[in-house]
Amino acid sequence: MKDQISNGKRLDGRIFNESRPLSIETNVIPKANGSAWVKLGNTEVVAGVKVETGEPFEGLENKGALIVSAEVLPTASPFVEPGPPDEETIELARVVDRGIRESEMLALDKLALIPGKIVYTVFVDCSIINTDGNLFDATSYAVVLALLTSKFPVYEIKDEKVVDTGKVQDPPINTVPVSITFARIGDSLMLDPTTEEEVCMDARITLTTNSEGEYTAVQKGSNGYLTIEQVLQAADIAMTKGQELRQRVISIGKKEKA
Amino acid sequence: MTQARSLIDEGGKRTDGRTANELRDINIKVGVVKNADGSALIEFGKNKIVVGVYGPREVHPKHMAQTDRCILRCRYHMTPFSTDTRKNPAPSRREVEISKVIRESLEPALMLEDYPRATIDVYIEVLQADGGSRCAGITAASVALADAGINMRDIVSACAAGKVDEKIVLDINDTEDKEGGADMPVAFMPNLKQITLLQLDGRLDKDQFNACLKEAISGCERVYEIQRASLMQKYFGNEPELKNGN
Repeated sequence: MKDQISNGKRLDGRIFNESRPLSIETNVIPKANGSAWVKLGNTEVVAGVKVETGEPFEGLENKGALIVSAEVLPTASPFVEPGPPDEETIELARVVDRGIRESEMLALDKLALIPGKIVYTVFVDCSIINTDGNLFDATSYAVVLALLTSKFPVYEIKDEKVVDTGKVQDPPINTVPVSITFARIGDSLMLDPTTEEEVCMDARITLTTNSEGEYTAVQKGSNGYLTIEQVLQAADIAMTKGQELRQRVISIGKKEKA
Repeated sequence: MTQARSLIDEGGKRTDGRTANELRDINIKVGVVKNADGSALIEFGKNKIVVGVYGPREVHPKHMAQTDRCILRCRYHMTPFSTDTRKNPAPSRREVEISKVIRESLEPALMLEDYPRATIDVYIEVLQADGGSRCAGITAASVALADAGINMRDIVSACAAGKVDEKIVLDINDTEDKEGGADMPVAFMPNLKQITLLQLDGRLDKDQFNACLKEAISGCERVYEIQRASLMQKYFGNEPELKNGN
């Protein structure tokens, strides 16, 4: 692999700043309020949105609640066993959640029914069906598309009780976050790493940008370091690549609505 | 994170009276836990964190041992009385993630290949939390590792920077973390100039991102001086010629 890299190529023939083919199917689970099946190379993730009502989070009384979770299914690779999530899966779910939450993709302030008492509770659960590296980005894209193409039920309050009107509405969307992950192997940064590359990587960095050209979440991972220059280089590429991908995500979202 | 109220007054002072690039008071005491191979107590603003290091020692369970290197295990844990409302003592998902990023931030500094088949266990106990506890924990842990005599390439120093009222400020406190615009914790090896932890939540444009990273690193470099002084104090006491000598 090191030989290939010194020639500017990766094992699967990609150049450093090239991501794998991304295929997206939305509304694959009609029982969910929104869903997306994302394939990023051989990494496959299904995300489903379920909207309910419930109590708001402490300290966020006037806002709807958003909960993003992720599970690596035992189908995903021979190395996964059923059971409670390990620290990698917990990190994955929390980093994806942070990207969506900190970008304020969903206008949660528009999702309170009785402020302080009853609010919309939006669950986005992700199942990783097959792993081949870069679960962070694949899962994040699945969550974003499931939310973008979802239809929320319209709840009303009658006599202090929640009534489902049977109508649906588009979710209140502020911005479209896009997550971009790199693996550092030696002195090179590689976009969208596969499992093979993740096994030999020295460090990993995930950056999420929003439609306004701001960084909203970053996570460095793995047991190596990054230099300042590498961080700034990754930040630059994440902004331009994120913008390209955002156009595509938005157009898929629109097609679905039309 | 949209900000509800102003967190910097007309005089440029922050909620705790600091200026934009001022650190909170930091105090590190080395060797506070007698039974541990290395330990440190850090007071970082209102944060109070004790770190105990055990190892290199035999690995239990044995199958976790690596034949060519030492393993590093970290536990970041908050006591139930460390926060405003009581924290459930069971490890939360947040603590699991922080334990992982702390381990990954310390590993690049350690010469783990010097101790094959062994483990080094780092226990970080937050007695009182005040925002920035992961950075304070990393700072204290690397002092405790040095105190344990572990072979190291560099010390890891950690400090956060962030955005409050559209201004980049150093060392975010609890209020600024909860109500401010962005929080970027960074861990840095000051001699090797390498970043070993980088996280961000909040919103920063490109210029703010670069400024924030630079500010956090300058904070790390100041934290490093305090770490160094605390180790000097323990091992050389108040002998001035030794202190200035290297």
